[in-house]
Amino acid sequence: MKETRLGDFEEVILLLVGILDEEAYAFKIAEEFESQTERSVSIGAVHSTLNRLGEKGFLTSEMGESTAERGGRRKRIYSITASGQRVLQESRDFKVSLWNQFPAFASGNLKIEWLNL
Amino acid sequence: MKKQHHHIDHQPPRSAQKLLLWFLRDDLAEEVLGDLDEKFYSTLHKHPVKKAKRNYWYQVMQYLRPFAIKKIKSKLINQTMVRHNFAVSFRHLLKSKVYSAINIGGLAMGMTVAMLIALWVKDELDFNKYHDHYDQTVQLLRHEQVSTHTTMTTGMGTLVAERFADHFQRVVMVRGRVESRTLAYKDLKFTQNGYFMQKEGPALLGLKMKYGSQNGLAEINSILLSESVAGKLFGDIDPVNRVIRMNAEWDLKVTGVYEDIPGNSEFADASYFSTLDRYLKDRSGLDVWSNYNMYVFGQLHPNSNIHEVSELIEAAFAERMGKKMDGNTGFFLNPMREWHLNSEFENNQRVTSKAQLFVWFYAAIGAFVLVLACINFMNLSTARSERRAQEVGIRKTLGSARSELVLQFYIESLLYSFMAFLLSLVLLSAALPWFNQASGKHITEPWTTPGFWLSAVGFMLLTAFLAGSYPAAYLSSFKPIKALKGTFAGSKRSSLPRKVLVVFQFTISIALIIGTMIVNNQIQFAKDRPVGYTPEGMIGLKPATPDFNKKLPVVYEELKRTGVVASVGASDYAVSTTRGWSGGFEWDGMENTRNIAFNTISISYDYARTVGLEFVAGRDFSRDFASDKQGVLLNRSAVETIGLDNPVGQKITRVSDWKAPEHYTVLGVVEDMIKGSPFESTSQSIMFLEQRDMRWLYIRIAPEVSLSQAIPVIQARFNEVYPAAPFDFQFTDEEYAGKFEAEERVARLAEFFSLLAIVISCLGLFGLASYVAEQRTKEIGIRKVLGASISQLWQLLSRDFAILTLIASFIAIPLAYWVLSGWLADYEEVRTPMHWWIFALAGIGALGLTLITVSFQAIRVSSANPVNALRSE
Repeated sequence: MKETRLGDFEEVILLLVGILDEEAYAFKIAEEFESQTERSVSIGAVHSTLNRLGEKGFLTSEMGESTAERGGRRKRIYSITASGQRVLQESRDFKVSLWNQFPAFASGNLKIEWLNL
Repeated sequence: MKKQHHHIDHQPPRSAQKLLLWFLRDDLAEEVLGDLDEKFYSTLHKHPVKKAKRNYWYQVMQYLRPFAIKKIKSKLINQTMVRHNFAVSFRHLLKSKVYSAINIGGLAMGMTVAMLIALWVKDELDFNKYHDHYDQTVQLLRHEQVSTHTTMTTGMGTLVAERFADHFQRVVMVRGRVESRTLAYKDLKFTQNGYFMQKEGPALLGLKMKYGSQNGLAEINSILLSESVAGKLFGDIDPVNRVIRMNAEWDLKVTGVYEDIPGNSEFADASYFSTLDRYLKDRSGLDVWSNYNMYVFGQLHPNSNIHEVSELIEAAFAERMGKKMDGNTGFFLNPMREWHLNSEFENNQRVTSKAQLFVWFYAAIGAFVLVLACINFMNLSTARSERRAQEVGIRKTLGSARSELVLQFYIESLLYSFMAFLLSLVLLSAALPWFNQASGKHITEPWTTPGFWLSAVGFMLLTAFLAGSYPAAYLSSFKPIKALKGTFAGSKRSSLPRKVLVVFQFTISIALIIGTMIVNNQIQFAKDRPVGYTPEGMIGLKPATPDFNKKLPVVYEELKRTGVVASVGASDYAVSTTRGWSGGFEWDGMENTRNIAFNTISISYDYARTVGLEFVAGRDFSRDFASDKQGVLLNRSAVETIGLDNPVGQKITRVSDWKAPEHYTVLGVVEDMIKGSPFESTSQSIMFLEQRDMRWLYIRIAPEVSLSQAIPVIQARFNEVYPAAPFDFQFTDEEYAGKFEAEERVARLAEFFSLLAIVISCLGLFGLASYVAEQRTKEIGIRKVLGASISQLWQLLSRDFAILTLIASFIAIPLAYWVLSGWLADYEEVRTPMHWWIFALAGIGALGLTLITVSFQAIRVSSANPVNALRSE
């Protein structure tokens, strides 16, 4: 049986795939990661994670169109599966429940922000 | 568009793309190359080309991840194939167990010896590295005329410490020799060696403290103990602040316990360190310029230059000592890294030391043994593998690629050398205690040293590669049709290197056999000399206690009353040393110009009987004659030196500057005694009767009593008389045997190496013989069919090898003669003759060994049924 829990980095990548939608391929995801987190990451590292998420069943992929910048080569577009969506949801719910148990933030703006997300 | 412009100008680095495609899974190639291109051009947009290219490389390297790498499925490294290769190799190994055992065993022996020697050499090279300030520690040396000395005066040490404080982090004076003292706590007493030094000493040496601190020598009455001595005195507790008694006169407070100093350190024998002040108390201060009794050690500042400081010190001494310091005297600093292997001086020049020569010599032997073992291994493997020409033919016919055959042979030799390696580890751990004893070392097992594993495994792989190369390259090249027909045969030329190897090996073996025999002869020659006294059944000890002399009459009486003692005597110097020399003797008819020095010792009544001196003429000192106090005993050499025909009753006068001449009468003459080295001639000696100033006590045990019964009785009585002194006795015969230690060490190692050389040589020969027998199977078959007898065939096969051995003998005999003449030249006075039969015996022995080894093969082949040999035609 495959490991079905989600690591931190995996979760971020999975979210980025959702955000980028039609443009979710390794290079773009790495770029987006760098611009959102201001941390650098190699395409190889992202690709490896995408591959792993695929094996876990959270992502599917298919070959997309080619462009000139790619020397006429096609790209692999990733999209989130139903179980991918579910695991993201669970992850968020779990964190929210943790935040709610945290006395300093149990009431106040933070909670509302989370709910508004 | 601007982007388009870049496309034309710059491309991603081609070599990086190639690399990527080499390892990347094919199905990923398109998307990854595309992504990386996009990355490249987007980087190019913002950064210089160089950076974009560097980034491309980085991205390629980042794809070295398990998911992205091609699955290994090359033809060469096919897993099933490898498993098959191992299985076949293993079957071959089991099929001829004797061959495999000989081959693996031989290589394992070579590896073991090489590892032992490597450990020994490393131990020598690491000498003193235990000390923290290894690189900065120096010792002050001085040379005078032709000799170089290590001892200084306290004035010199003080001057260096004060005048050059800014060049040294610390300067430490140490009493200039190891001091043997009795350490006592409650009822326990032990005689231990140690040093007296100034308070910075422990920090200079970097003692690893178990209890207390390195500042322990600040107070005059303090002492640091080694872990093992502290354990003996106090057991497993922290002894700091307890008080022990040294030599029954000084009470010293234990201020620390340090981890035992390892055997490969200059201070290995130090089981305590006490203070220099304690040692000097009542003797002299720190500014004496006449008494050379100190070592001066220093720790240089990291940026001080040793040569410059040496010159400054020399100049300062010249200024201080004035005209007393002539051109012959000089001072210099000797760095710690040179102490052990590079501190022999001749005429004030550093010369290659004996220790250094030994290191080179051993390293050469180690390398030599290893190379021989390797070559043998290759020879045997090759000889074996040539039988497998047919296997190669069949494999090729069935479509095996050459690369697969190459792999097969490499895997086979890897398997063999791996097994040899495992075996050698077992042998190493078994041989190490013995080796330590034979070489006088304390080498620990190297299992936790990464360097050891790295070099050992590296060597194993190298051997496997070398040994596998010949069969791999040669056998795999056979034309299958030839190999299957069996017409394959090695050329004449290819056997020449093997023959040279056999001659080479046997030369060394024969030379070593001769060497071993002559070394043993030399030892036996010295052992056969008359000792002049009877070391057996006697013990000697040196009780370090101030009341030793006062209570001597009591101890004589008490010991005799035990009933287990035959007689007791005392002397000022030990029977096993040649210390105590003086001149100033005159006698009638003496040539005036001569002032001959004699070995002079003082002995008690009954000493002669106790030690077992053998009287040639006259008698021993007797209590019955008061005049015997003015008597002397001479030994045979002394009688010859003096030139007396009838010595008993003759007069000898002792003159000296500070008292009136004393007249003595010769009472008796004894045989010469071997007191010093048994490899040197005995010295002329005169013995006086004395009751005071004795240091050694000798006890002869009654012959009808066993030692194990007598010792406890004697010990009990001794402890009653001298409660403060430990009963640290030594059996005099063991002490005498110890005089042969250095020579016996050489003999043991020579025996070991000869045995090894013989075994390895025989293995080589065995390999060659089996190879030749294999080659000539058909020829022998035909000869047999035509009526040759077994003994004719045996002659045919053995003759070549006998000739090789004879050639080796002719090289080895002059070589051994030359080397051994050099060795024996050191023994000018006691030297065994080099009998001709030793050389003959070694040559004949080697020939016999050759014939036995070869016959094993020769008889097997010549007694085989010729039908089998010829059937395959």
